[in-house]
Amino acid sequence: MSSIGTGYDLSVTTFSPDGRVFQIEYAAKAVDNSGTVIGIKCKDGIVLGVEKLIASKMMLPGSNRRIHSVHRHSGMAVAGLAADGRQIVARTKSEATNYDSVYGEPIPVKELAERVASYVHLCTLYWWLRFSEIDSHYHFKLYFFVFFTSITYCWQFHRPFGCGVILGGYDRDGPQLYMVEPSGVSYRYFGAAIGKGRQAAKTEIEKLKLTDMTCRQGVIEVAKIIYGVHDEAKDKDFELEMSWVCDESNRQHQKVPDELLEEAKAAAKAALEEMDAD
Amino acid sequence: MGDPSAETQRTLYPYVTGSSVVALKYKDGILMAADTGGSYGSTLRYKSIERLKPIGKHSLLGASGEISDFQEILRYLDELILYDNMWDDGNSLGPKEVHNYLTRIMYNRRNKFNPLWNSLILGGVKKGQKYLGMVSMIGVNFEDNHVATGLGNHLARPILRDEWHENLTFEEGVQLLEKCMRVLLYRDRSAVNKIQISKITEEGATVFPPFSLKTYWEFSAFKNPTVGAEGSW
Repeated sequence: MSSIGTGYDLSVTTFSPDGRVFQIEYAAKAVDNSGTVIGIKCKDGIVLGVEKLIASKMMLPGSNRRIHSVHRHSGMAVAGLAADGRQIVARTKSEATNYDSVYGEPIPVKELAERVASYVHLCTLYWWLRFSEIDSHYHFKLYFFVFFTSITYCWQFHRPFGCGVILGGYDRDGPQLYMVEPSGVSYRYFGAAIGKGRQAAKTEIEKLKLTDMTCRQGVIEVAKIIYGVHDEAKDKDFELEMSWVCDESNRQHQKVPDELLEEAKAAAKAALEEMDAD
Repeated sequence: MGDPSAETQRTLYPYVTGSSVVALKYKDGILMAADTGGSYGSTLRYKSIERLKPIGKHSLLGASGEISDFQEILRYLDELILYDNMWDDGNSLGPKEVHNYLTRIMYNRRNKFNPLWNSLILGGVKKGQKYLGMVSMIGVNFEDNHVATGLGNHLARPILRDEWHENLTFEEGVQLLEKCMRVLLYRDRSAVNKIQISKITEEGATVFPPFSLKTYWEFSAFKNPTVGAEGSW
């Protein structure tokens, strides 16, 4: 391990002398160990792709979805600890439907990303908040408790989320792509990758001319990248899961249609063989 | 119920109401008709309220009674369909499921003495199976080949019992519905002459634009209505 905290890494409420919070960095390592997740913003929408590493040959294809719709117009791909990811997705769905019922319009993707980031961050600060309290916490009503309880309970029952998410959506401002890390930061991207093969994936994404690409072409490219970064030696089998939200899908977030997915897989396998033949 | 402040939070009577909805099964699916009026007591206050709405891919909902409660029901169903869509697993809720959901909502509200003051008609087609059901504000629900709400039960259903048969074509179904709506227009004081018809088939739902029925007022009985009953009007 490159940087061991030695005493400053036991709790997420402790800074190290050089200003780092080690628990959050360790959470990021959990994300780095998961299968690659990619998102790209094409000119007419977003494409999300996940390299789903298959733990057992007994698993049914299509199970253990890693990409979830969080509202009609947006979806979220999760990397890292799957159970933590479920929690984040559930919260995001709830934020999106709540905004819609209060304001009467689908939540702007920027607003949704901020809420997800805020929630992830909150759970790196306070362990004892139950979910109904988190809503009031946005107004810092429970601030006083931190002083009394965190001193006695500071190394029990809390850890940050061990997952990063890539959130893609299509609202009035067009298609947008955000990534939220376990620390709670979120940035807007035109291409993002997390997980094992993220370095290689980012290099590949940077080569693409995304502003000229439609989502239909983007789906093929994402498949090629994921097949390309998949490490055959270390992980045997994987399943490719992809979704999109674009003009072609009527700005609804949905799984990529089966024939397009098959076309993408075939193109990706062909590209791999070409590379091997060189 | 003993808590005095709870009195003001229960539905006691409806305010803006829609009149009857009539629906029948035909060869390809369901046909439903309703007028577009919203009455405020005895005043015909709103003349363009759409009371027939498609729900998801397979169903059509028509409502009579309190319009604001109908809008609330639409919000519940919107959320239901949204969560169903988010599974993205190739399945979608059919009319039988939506009808059951509505029955649960209506019955449970009635048990709390805080009903949603509507009579609902839910029709749809899924995988070739046609379904047409009704739920009332007290949670009574049933399924039939033709249903109606409110006064439609008394005026339209007798006509349907005589003239409905399996495998009506679209044109025959529309004619039959227009006949029912015409009787309601003549006899129901809360009816408005702006009718909407909608259909749902395997392909999807269509809500047609509103139109007016031709009425005939030259019946001899209308000419001298008070003959034989002087003093009445």
